[in-house]
Amino acid sequence: MRGHAGSWAALVHRLSGIALAIFLPVHFWAIGHTFESAASFDALLEWTNHPLVKFAEWGIVVLLAAHLGGGLRVLALEFLPWRDWHKTLAAAAAAVALAVGLAFALAL
Amino acid sequence: MTFRNETLLWMLQRASAAVLALCVVVHLATMVYAIRGGLSAAEILGRTRGNYGWLAFYSLFVLACAVHVPIGLRAVLAEWFKWRSGARDLALAAFAVLIAALGMRAVLGVFL
Repeated sequence: MRGHAGSWAALVHRLSGIALAIFLPVHFWAIGHTFESAASFDALLEWTNHPLVKFAEWGIVVLLAAHLGGGLRVLALEFLPWRDWHKTLAAAAAAVALAVGLAFALAL
Repeated sequence: MTFRNETLLWMLQRASAAVLALCVVVHLATMVYAIRGGLSAAEILGRTRGNYGWLAFYSLFVLACAVHVPIGLRAVLAEWFKWRSGARDLALAAFAVLIAALGMRAVLGVFL
């Protein structure tokens, strides 16, 4: 079961990384484009009030937190000496994603 | 790609990951703090315009992304899509430049 947790952590890390790689250029482009004037940025912020957009934003934040948690897991596995707590790193990575997801949802 | 270059990419991926871990924590915390009570362009720009600390932090963030993302995709393309040619590396180098250019345009757009 613990081996399964490691496989799931690796898969989530990879899929979240691909999603973020697609999102990132769009995110940068949108900011660069809309900040050309305060009015166009306010129009973008207005658009982000739509519930579906808010949900998508929340999803991206959770993916970012999941990728962060999974990445810290990889760094710990590769650079820290082996300890029994390594086995619980996948759970710790999931906890990071959950905690950030909740914090962001509460702040929305 | 030589063994030496592969090792260099592996090290760059881990080093950029360590930088990004810090940047992402700061970015997530800032976002959760900033979105409470809604956002406005004036409020954001009031904090970022002419703020050199902000400029340095987000420039580092963008450049670490430009290093980290293409190297990560390189492994995905090799393992899941069996694409291991020099053309792949060329395409990924172009993607790195795209991320750096779009990212710095966004950062400077908010700073200037």
